[in-house]
Amino acid sequence: MTITLAFLALLMAMFAAYLVRQSVGVQPWVADALGATRPPGPILSAPSLGLLVFLAVVTSIFGLTVSAYVMRMAAAPQWDFLPQPPLLWINNALLVFASLALQTAWSAARRAQPQRFARGMGFGGACTVAFVAGQALLWRELSGAGYTMTRYVGSAFFVLMAMLHALHMLGGLYALLRVVLRLQRGATLWQLREAVGLCALYWHFLLLVWAVLFTVLFVGAEPLYAWCRS
Amino acid sequence: MAHSIYDAVSTAPPAEGPEMELPPHAHSFIGKYVFCQDAKVIAIQYAITATAIGLVALALSIVMRLQLGFPETFSLIDPSNYLQAVSMHGMIMVVYLLTALFLGGFGNYLIPLMIGARDMVFPWLNMMSFWVYLLAVLVLAASFFVPGGPTGGGWTLYPPQVVSPGTPGVGGGIILMLVSLGLFIIGFTMGGLNYVVTVLQARTRGMTLMRMPLTVWGIFMATVLALLAFPALFVAALMLLLDHTLGTSFFLPSMLNLGEQSRHSGGSPLLFQHLFWFFGHPEVYIVALPAFGIVSDLIATHARRNIFGYRMMVWAIIAIGALSFVVWAHHMYVSGMNPYFGFLFATTTLIIAVPTAIKVYNWVLTLWRGNVRLSVPMLFAIGFIFTFVNGGLSGLFLGNVTVDVPLSDTYFVVGHFHMVMAVAPILVIFGAIYHWYPKITGKMFNETAGKIHFWITFLGTYAIYYPMHYLGFEGVPRRYYAYGETAFISDSVQALNAFITLAAIVVALAQILFIFNLVWSWLHGEKADPNPWKATTLEWQTPHNPPRHGNFGPELPVVYRWPYDYSVPGAKDDFIPQNVPPEKVEMLPGHAPVAKKA
Repeated sequence: MTITLAFLALLMAMFAAYLVRQSVGVQPWVADALGATRPPGPILSAPSLGLLVFLAVVTSIFGLTVSAYVMRMAAAPQWDFLPQPPLLWINNALLVFASLALQTAWSAARRAQPQRFARGMGFGGACTVAFVAGQALLWRELSGAGYTMTRYVGSAFFVLMAMLHALHMLGGLYALLRVVLRLQRGATLWQLREAVGLCALYWHFLLLVWAVLFTVLFVGAEPLYAWCRS
Repeated sequence: MAHSIYDAVSTAPPAEGPEMELPPHAHSFIGKYVFCQDAKVIAIQYAITATAIGLVALALSIVMRLQLGFPETFSLIDPSNYLQAVSMHGMIMVVYLLTALFLGGFGNYLIPLMIGARDMVFPWLNMMSFWVYLLAVLVLAASFFVPGGPTGGGWTLYPPQVVSPGTPGVGGGIILMLVSLGLFIIGFTMGGLNYVVTVLQARTRGMTLMRMPLTVWGIFMATVLALLAFPALFVAALMLLLDHTLGTSFFLPSMLNLGEQSRHSGGSPLLFQHLFWFFGHPEVYIVALPAFGIVSDLIATHARRNIFGYRMMVWAIIAIGALSFVVWAHHMYVSGMNPYFGFLFATTTLIIAVPTAIKVYNWVLTLWRGNVRLSVPMLFAIGFIFTFVNGGLSGLFLGNVTVDVPLSDTYFVVGHFHMVMAVAPILVIFGAIYHWYPKITGKMFNETAGKIHFWITFLGTYAIYYPMHYLGFEGVPRRYYAYGETAFISDSVQALNAFITLAAIVVALAQILFIFNLVWSWLHGEKADPNPWKATTLEWQTPHNPPRHGNFGPELPVVYRWPYDYSVPGAKDDFIPQNVPPEKVEMLPGHAPVAKKA
């Protein structure tokens, strides 16, 4: 649980620091006419803050999954490490491309470049669908090679983590689809720039999450296991 | 000093977004009351659904008590039914009633009104939150009707027992329970995002964080906890579902069942316990923090005094929330953990008592020399303080490893957590319903019926749970269908069990009076004054009672003061609403308003 606790400690520390700024030196019981003045608006919009809070929840989910993986490894008398078939690297590349494509779409939305925007959105969406399908194929490939999730707990964790990750990607695709629908209903690229930006941020975040999961499951499993056993 | 106030507030200005676009106000019945995006309607939908499933859990508790009080009397109750009643009662009460009612019910109703917002910031998501919650409840309820019935593996769902052959509900029951929990968490996340973002982004002008009512603080922090803790239950439920349905071995070790080798190997049941309690202990505070906040407001309003130590109360809420993540293993002292590990968690458990005690002292000091009005909400608030202190004190026993070990899995534990986790929050829920009933319905409830309801519930629950501590000292184990001729169990145990059962039936029947009072008063009650308790917070200052779509009419209120300006020296009235500017406060002759001007 150390990983999750560290994340929570960081979140709580950030919140406490924010609150300190709001509360130190303030005497709430003193009435004043400050309310009549119009203060500057919030730094973040509601959708941006909503996404950040959601990303904290998603981090908690994956942090706990990784914690469970490490604890389960520590309890295992032996470990069977998963291979790294070429499809795994193709999937990784697809996710990187999807993330880059959405970054391009965001940039195009801010600069009002409709063709570049359409290419970015289309390529990003296609890469994401291909990534999700690729993960399903990877599972089949691993199972076919004997790494079934009933026999190998590493494979079971791959299924668990990849499934959770893919579900989040599909949720992102739904958000992307809503952007497209808004565009079809006549919204301008300038109006859509925030929504596309949030989609791009979400994709970058899920790329980072997959990088961690990939490292834990495929690259770092052996040293992680050695560390747990020590 | 006043200058520093000006500086602090002006450098940390209240968040205020542009006027939010409200979804159009529907006029059809379906649009207005079914697929409605108004947080107030969603709150009532949450409350009705939670109460309905809560009544099922209440009925299950009576089934359990009938068996324990009068064993071998009711042939319909067999060991499987009994264990299923225990399991479903626990899970429904903790998750589907208390969490949903405090956050989905009170959160939705009170957050926008109390912070001066027109609605939640994501109304559609808010509506979806309720519908997913309803689906979760229906899936859970469906488990009563599948072959084998609902799960009987305990509300903690510990593997391997919960999915092992021989445990009631090992077929469809446990699968539906796990799916339902997953849905509940998805639905809650949708609502929770709304509560957090609304509090941070949609406060009206002048409503700084340190001017928010403690009710909002409690619900806000509980939501933060829930958003971060529920993922542990989500992950645990998903992994258990995979173990049970697809044959993975996250939690399930290799086992022999009736001479047959199971298909699992190497799983760690302890891993499930860690994940479950990583959610489970914050869950205690997910329920308790809103209760703390609400009770603070009830006490201040009905004692006509400003809350004692407001800033301390806010920081205590935050400290309790943060510490609640580092105490989970005190539920696992008997799991065979390293003694040093137990010592660590005993220490953190005792530390969390410090901010909690601060809150209790502050409630008592608020009451001290207050103009206490023993209205129905106040009775429930005072009842809460007594009950919470009693339950908290028995928690000190269980927080210590050496005392916990002999008391573990006895009725002492049942008595403790029902006092602190069940009765105390429920008393607050009742107090809160009575307090805000005139706002929600526009009618006054029957005061006498409310007081009868309080006294029967308050004394009755003590008659139920106090004797359980004695049963625990006697070593009576919990979760047993029948004790038979067990040598160490004395005759007094059976007599007490019969007494507890009778008390439980009386308390359950008293709830009919409560529901009758609510319904009858709504239909035939007197029209309520828009601010019957003379309260200061914004929900009592709406132009209409009950508040209409958009809450505040054409103009949002502007906040000039904190929510606890009761009995201000020199002021003509004994309360000054948050939206009254300093220059408009009516003062007694010879007194001048003291306020800082911009």
